[in-house]
Amino acid sequence: MIRHLPARLYVTAIYLFFYIPILVLIAYSFNEAQYSLLWHGFSWRWYTELFSDRDLWIAVLHTLILGVSAATIAMWIGTLAAVCLYRYVFYGKQLLYGLIFVLILSPDIVMGISLLILFSVSGVQLGFFSLLLAHITFCIPFVAVTVYSRMISFDQNIFEAARDLGARDHVIFGRITLPLIWPAMLAGWLLSFTLSQDDVIISYFVAGPDFEILPLRIYSMVRSGVKPEINALCAVTFALTLLIVMLSQFFLRKKP
Amino acid sequence: MKPDHGFRRISLTLVWFWLLVFAMVPLVLVTIASFLSHNNGQLVSLPFTLQNYAALGSRVYIRILQQSFYIAGGCTLICLLLGYPFAWLVARMQMRARSLMILLIIIPFWTSSLIRSYSMITLLKPGGVINSLLMWTGLISKPLPLLFSDTAVMTGLVYNLLPFMVLPLLTNIERLDDQLIDAARDLGANRLTTFRKVILPLTLPGILSGCILVFLPAMTLFYIPDLLGGSKSILLGNLIQNQFLVAQNWPLGSAVSMVFTLMLIVLLVIYWRAIRHDVRRELA
Repeated sequence: MIRHLPARLYVTAIYLFFYIPILVLIAYSFNEAQYSLLWHGFSWRWYTELFSDRDLWIAVLHTLILGVSAATIAMWIGTLAAVCLYRYVFYGKQLLYGLIFVLILSPDIVMGISLLILFSVSGVQLGFFSLLLAHITFCIPFVAVTVYSRMISFDQNIFEAARDLGARDHVIFGRITLPLIWPAMLAGWLLSFTLSQDDVIISYFVAGPDFEILPLRIYSMVRSGVKPEINALCAVTFALTLLIVMLSQFFLRKKP
Repeated sequence: MKPDHGFRRISLTLVWFWLLVFAMVPLVLVTIASFLSHNNGQLVSLPFTLQNYAALGSRVYIRILQQSFYIAGGCTLICLLLGYPFAWLVARMQMRARSLMILLIIIPFWTSSLIRSYSMITLLKPGGVINSLLMWTGLISKPLPLLFSDTAVMTGLVYNLLPFMVLPLLTNIERLDDQLIDAARDLGANRLTTFRKVILPLTLPGILSGCILVFLPAMTLFYIPDLLGGSKSILLGNLIQNQFLVAQNWPLGSAVSMVFTLMLIVLLVIYWRAIRHDVRRELA
């Protein structure tokens, strides 16, 4: 551990900076008062309001549907991209590499407006479908990179051996590649799901009025001023995060 | 080779199709749109023109660009000054403590960044936590106007982006060879010289990638000035968002984002050069 007291204080101060704003919101989520920051007594009022907000739960459902479908499709396309880049030699391979890096590097806002232009030129209605296409697109490169970096750690001869023994490409993919790379695919799926849940900027441009997702719903809530419901929502998501972290720690530690 | 191209053809077609349609075509479209004209009936229209770029040279936009640079640059500097010592201290911890500390950095960032930006309102507003504390201790007699200012925007940006500075620095510092530092000290370098001549050059890649990861989002996170800033706090991101969704002037919005993309490319070239320089030095 750190021996010097000033160093220890400094690290603690940074952690306080990370956590105090969230903890303050959680504390106020139990405050009876609506506008005042003074303590007006303990209450579950904001949680009751949060859980009875139908529109919010519809938005949560939409976000989950979007996240699961985008992550699943992005996982398959990203995996195929990694497999192609790893195993095949083809015309324009450098361009394909380049496009994947362009997708990783393009700032959210540029991707948001460029997809908006694409959708309006090609007549795609803004709604679930446009969001899905956008989310798949920004997730693909992350899956491709994750899977690719796992594939280059394998012995290329495995694939050559399978081919020499007469296995066709789709058999090699199903019987050899998939069993080897599935942990990377799962990691890519989880990363994609998280990215999809978290995205505000791209969704902001390509969302339509008929399909509201949680981040945009939160945005419109916080824009309209102080809402104690948000405090309760913050507490709920923070508690969920802690739960997931603790569960994963528990299971990961048990394994070896 | 056998005539077995079914799998290969299908997967290549799918991947090419997706990346061309959703990565390349949109960028081409933005580029074209930035050279088109704008009239009230349509979002974009002919003829081709350089007017959008010329408009960006006007005083209003130059001011926004300057302010954007000032806010994003300030935010990057603060993140670097706060994050470097922090990353250094965390990287020097023992393995187990270190992974716990890294987890503790990441956990708050699974809560929506909008909610975390909103928490700044609770802290900074006139009757908020910070003002109440300061009044209670008697340091101030009237609430400070912290909210709806550039300071509030900067605080919100630093709060959201500090991990993007810390994490690349951490990986960089973890890989630092302690023997090089010992060698420098043995050869008589004092702490400052060791830092300047050994540690700083070796952690430059981490510093640069951290700065890029902070600076670029800092210019485009339009919801933070929207929530915390005053009427004058406008970032490049707000300008683009405004041109697209409020003013409906897509050509101008596209031109702004082209300028932004150009900036990104310049920063990446700087980064790439520095890394190569570094690799060259390591090889020599």
